[in-house]
Amino acid sequence: MRETFVATTTALLDEDPRTALVLADISADVFRPALRRHPDRALNVGIREQLMVGVGGGLALTGMRPYLHSYAPFLIDRAYEQIKLDLGHQDAGAVLVSIGGSYDAAAAGYTHQSPGDVALLDTLDGWTVQVPGHRDEVPAMLREAARHDDRVYIRLGAQENTRAYPDGAKLRVLKRGGPLVLAVGPMLDPVLAATRDLDVTVAYTNTPRPLDTEGVRLLAEAEVIVVEPYLAGTSARLVSEALSGLPHRALHLGVARAEVRDYGTWQDHARAHGLDEAGLRRSLEKFLGDA
Amino acid sequence: MTVTTLRRLTGDEKHAPSAHSTLDVLRVLYERVLRVTPETADEPDRDRFLLSKGHGPAAYYAVLADRGFIPEEWLDRMGQWHSPLGTHPDRVLIPGVEIGTGSLGHGLGLAVGTALGLRAQGLVHSRMFVLLGDAELDEGSNHEAIAYAAAVQLPITAIVIDNQSATHGWPSYQPETLAGSSAGIPARFPGWTVSVVDGHDHDEIERGLLVRTERPHLVVATVEAKWS
Repeated sequence: MRETFVATTTALLDEDPRTALVLADISADVFRPALRRHPDRALNVGIREQLMVGVGGGLALTGMRPYLHSYAPFLIDRAYEQIKLDLGHQDAGAVLVSIGGSYDAAAAGYTHQSPGDVALLDTLDGWTVQVPGHRDEVPAMLREAARHDDRVYIRLGAQENTRAYPDGAKLRVLKRGGPLVLAVGPMLDPVLAATRDLDVTVAYTNTPRPLDTEGVRLLAEAEVIVVEPYLAGTSARLVSEALSGLPHRALHLGVARAEVRDYGTWQDHARAHGLDEAGLRRSLEKFLGDA
Repeated sequence: MTVTTLRRLTGDEKHAPSAHSTLDVLRVLYERVLRVTPETADEPDRDRFLLSKGHGPAAYYAVLADRGFIPEEWLDRMGQWHSPLGTHPDRVLIPGVEIGTGSLGHGLGLAVGTALGLRAQGLVHSRMFVLLGDAELDEGSNHEAIAYAAAVQLPITAIVIDNQSATHGWPSYQPETLAGSSAGIPARFPGWTVSVVDGHDHDEIERGLLVRTERPHLVVATVEAKWS
């Protein structure tokens, strides 16, 4: 996904003089051609994430469309107050593109991981959050974001589904049956595998914010299970609002709060958080069996 | 004129203008330096002034009223319900205010980004000024912006009002400049050109603000110590 991001953003910089790119060293090597070609609009501020977001806010105040990029823990967690004040409070927008969300940087440890990025943005107003499940979903997100000035977060992951669903902004039903299982981004393939022989409805979205609450209300009957690739329960409030007034049971699966002090690969961490096929199957059977 | 406006805003005599560390710098900026008026406040090529030190904006509001950006009546209701004027300024609510500030250490980064945006769009005649307090320099975010502005030779002007209010000061470690506990402020802006001026002397302030080099420029405006 990062390669797709680099190629599309490099092309956008060539095509649209309003666009700008601000880096804080991360990915500066792969953006070298863009940095060389557009020295006024493609900027690397060094290892200075607070400044990266402040610069993004300033560029936006002059009418430009800044794309900011780093590891999620540095882009979102570290620069949270700049995101809140230098963008939101100024009524300015930017496109934030992260890598290294939840546990993609498994071997690097917790300092390089951000399971809470989407929850942090949920404390703020007006953020569109996109979690592509496949690299081919990325270019349209980046290009659409160039056409307006709103605040957009695009969370690129190491984990991908086998196929792309470019129109994933609303809930897209992939399997019809009983209780709704909502899979966000790269959670789709493990969800489909875990529910292969279960009587459930499976819906996909790559745009959890704004959440398609109308879709949730239409598809969820008495039971809904949300599987998100970031902090478990991040969407619980919105799902609860969507189903307000309807008696329902809900299960929210995702990354646990407790730090997994271990390394390995993202597959190892998915297993540790119960987000692989077997773990999802266990959680689903228990929840549905308890009904 | 600003004297009466300021008195109107603060409502009593004890807040005489001399007690407002930023007033003289703000007056010189708006009366002599900045190419911006209420009519040009949205022009892309206007000069920008960013008040990073959003604390104590009374003098700022008084100058904005005096220059016609906001009605003087607004000054009577600062901080009240439905007043556009808070105890920190909000750009969305106040004409002529470029950024909303309050939390310290945000203005310099926004100034760097704004200056880069102007440069990228060829608006090279727009000048960028940003005002900070010496205590605000304690925030680490400033130092990200200070170093980067020097590295890319960004022609912005930062004004630091030095009323020696930083808890641990900004001491100089060079014996010949042990003038005060904040004498080391210029040393924290490596790669910048520097003017140190009397923060109440309008001609000195103006000379400092008019300096234009190929590098970022620092104006340290010295005023009486906050706790003196």
